[in-house]
Amino acid sequence: MDVEILARLQFAFTIAFHYIYPPLSIGLGVVLVVMEAMYLRTGNPLYEQMARFWVRVFALTFSIGVATGIVMEFEFGTNWASYSRYVGDVFGSALAAEGVFAFFLESGFLAVLVFGWDRVKPRTHFFATCMVALGAMFSAVWIVVANSWQQTPAGYHLVGEGASMRAEITDFWAVVFNPSSVERLLHVLSGAWLSGAFLVISVSAYYLLKKRHLEFARHSFRIALVVACVASCFQLLTGHHSAVGVSKNQPAKLAAMEAVFNDQTHAPLYLFGWVNEEHQRVNLGVAVPSMLSLLISGDPNQHVTGLNSFPEDERPPVNMVFQAYHLMVMIGFGLIGLSLLGVFFWWRGTLFRKTWLLILFVASVLGPQIANQVGWITAEVGRQPWIVYGLLKTSDGLSKAVSAGQVGFSLILFTIIYLFLFVLFLYLLNEKIKHGPEDSESMGTEFEHTKSVFKR
Amino acid sequence: MELSFDLNTLWFFLVGILLTGYAILDGFDLGIGMLHLMVKGDTERRIMINAIGPVWDGNEVWLVTGGGALFAAFPDVYATVFSGFYTAFMLLLFTLIFRAVAIEFRSKRPMAWWRSMWDRAFSLSSFLIAFLMGVSLGNIVSGVPLGPDKEFAGTTLGLITPYTVMVGLTTVALFMMHGAIYGVMKTEGQLHDRLRNWVNRTIIFFVICYATTTMATLIYHTHMISHFKQAPWLFLVAVMNMLAVANIPREITRGRDFQAFLSSCAAIAAMLFLFGMGVFPNVVISNPSPEYSLTIYNAASSAKTLKIMATIAAIGIPFVLAYTLCIYWIFRGKVKLDAMSY
Repeated sequence: MDVEILARLQFAFTIAFHYIYPPLSIGLGVVLVVMEAMYLRTGNPLYEQMARFWVRVFALTFSIGVATGIVMEFEFGTNWASYSRYVGDVFGSALAAEGVFAFFLESGFLAVLVFGWDRVKPRTHFFATCMVALGAMFSAVWIVVANSWQQTPAGYHLVGEGASMRAEITDFWAVVFNPSSVERLLHVLSGAWLSGAFLVISVSAYYLLKKRHLEFARHSFRIALVVACVASCFQLLTGHHSAVGVSKNQPAKLAAMEAVFNDQTHAPLYLFGWVNEEHQRVNLGVAVPSMLSLLISGDPNQHVTGLNSFPEDERPPVNMVFQAYHLMVMIGFGLIGLSLLGVFFWWRGTLFRKTWLLILFVASVLGPQIANQVGWITAEVGRQPWIVYGLLKTSDGLSKAVSAGQVGFSLILFTIIYLFLFVLFLYLLNEKIKHGPEDSESMGTEFEHTKSVFKR
Repeated sequence: MELSFDLNTLWFFLVGILLTGYAILDGFDLGIGMLHLMVKGDTERRIMINAIGPVWDGNEVWLVTGGGALFAAFPDVYATVFSGFYTAFMLLLFTLIFRAVAIEFRSKRPMAWWRSMWDRAFSLSSFLIAFLMGVSLGNIVSGVPLGPDKEFAGTTLGLITPYTVMVGLTTVALFMMHGAIYGVMKTEGQLHDRLRNWVNRTIIFFVICYATTTMATLIYHTHMISHFKQAPWLFLVAVMNMLAVANIPREITRGRDFQAFLSSCAAIAAMLFLFGMGVFPNVVISNPSPEYSLTIYNAASSAKTLKIMATIAAIGIPFVLAYTLCIYWIFRGKVKLDAMSY
């Protein structure tokens, strides 16, 4: 295999693995803020017990997120050196901001979050939780800004000739608010809230089914369900805006997402199908006529540019993008349905007695995870063959000093180490879930004990 | 050096400060890792890990931010070094991951074999990380083959020379000493006394390595001292560096552990400052063709980017320093094991 394929495989594999964890941290961060706020308001030690339990899960996802995140930062330089030279000047500001505003905030206050329970007052602890949640989201802000610039470059000019050509910044705020950054950021953030919320929902539903830690599980479930409901509906909105944005800024990607081969008005919207790229057909497809045109502009007569209007070497792979996109949309609607169903039965007061629903909720944790992954496949494969849309081809972004043998070696090692890491993660998560929260009775006595110590 | 203090120079120093911060902070937790196997008994090993427990994650962030700042301020340096040192940096990444995993997972299960396995992984990866970083640093001093297109033109094995290995060993010794002092500061009782003995041993180890490396630098890499002739005050920094190292056993004998730790921090900062002044204004020296060297001018981002980043740093860094100090203040004092400990 050539070095380009290997380098792309390695980057895709390491980023996909990394992207399991930060969304969980971002989502759990929000849930933790709510739990600790409830504790401060009500003084009910149950909320503290909940926060303590979920902080442990948070710490686990966070530390794997950091370890795999360092890899991502290194890989820009190790595998994509030419790309780094090209974009360094523009990415620079975003990365510097991420480091200064996000990473330090998150990792610094995490220490207080995990180890500070008995060293600081509850209010200080709450403050630390807010800072960690904020840091996690800041980090998403800057990395999505950088990625969006690759999709829709703005605020730059090109300097130099040939191999030494690079993009230089002309307007910082135009880079930050490039045409796609806001809608993509909101889409990514709500996806992250969903993955955190559904993890909490899933574990709580498991406890309810097993009739363990019932009070704990009910309270956790309700808080997470509120977050999930808000986030999944918000996701529909941001998803729609992102698709409209793609239709304006990256027409080739939109054409691949819906397998539009020829220019047309009244473009249909597929519910599902299998794309035959050779014959430019969608097999076994069911489509709503004119719906794509209608959705992107509000007008069924809207013209949609087909893939054939792009030079052959500037078209992304169609079926992969099509399948990834449709899977994401399907899961998105599934999650909306599931959370609305949950709220409905909560209102009816029978939520925790519906066994079939609880089983569904236990499995629901996979939904946002899969949707997040295929969402990124849609975004990144849909951008191909460009690494920076319209400016730099992926094949021109490689490191010149690195051989296929070197990348092959590192790819094999990454595969082994990450598989091992994933098994350990699942094992430890399972241990934590089985162990459960500290028993509420012993918590109560500890609480009494601390109080009596302070009175003395 | 009057008006030459421009944005490029500023960023050379800022990247240097970030990497110095990393060396001081992660230095002690790598050192704790290297000494980990010298400590016997599960409780004492847990104390060792928990001495760095709340802060090691944050310490690694200095590396991430230092790398990010390098990417941003000097993209060509970042691209050339990271792709040129590919295999070495991949090994570094694997050991970094392994070490994080070892810290996180060691205390999760009670079995003796489980814990001793992770203890070894923790210690070995700490050694390797320090060594690989030292070797990389040594290559920056000795210079690496670069082509006219700014690309690395050497081989992975070519990065391993007696000199770079010596710098690697010196880094190991330095971090061991630094970690031992940190350990003394954070522990009490028997473990405290045992670590005090390790401070003495590691200081001797470090001084031997450091003297040898310095001699080799003066003999084989004379470009490192060219600035010393124009700016004799730099010699004072070298003297202060020696005094700081000499001050460590003095403070330890008097039982002033914190002052000993500060001396060790000062020694690291002074060493990296001397290193930085030695290569300045180059960032990566090309050897054998010095005209291809990457400097703070031909490898930098545009003045506009450097200015924007300077603004970001000026806003953000005061906050970072303030809350980092607060967090170390919250976790001051000797380690106590509790339910949330590793």
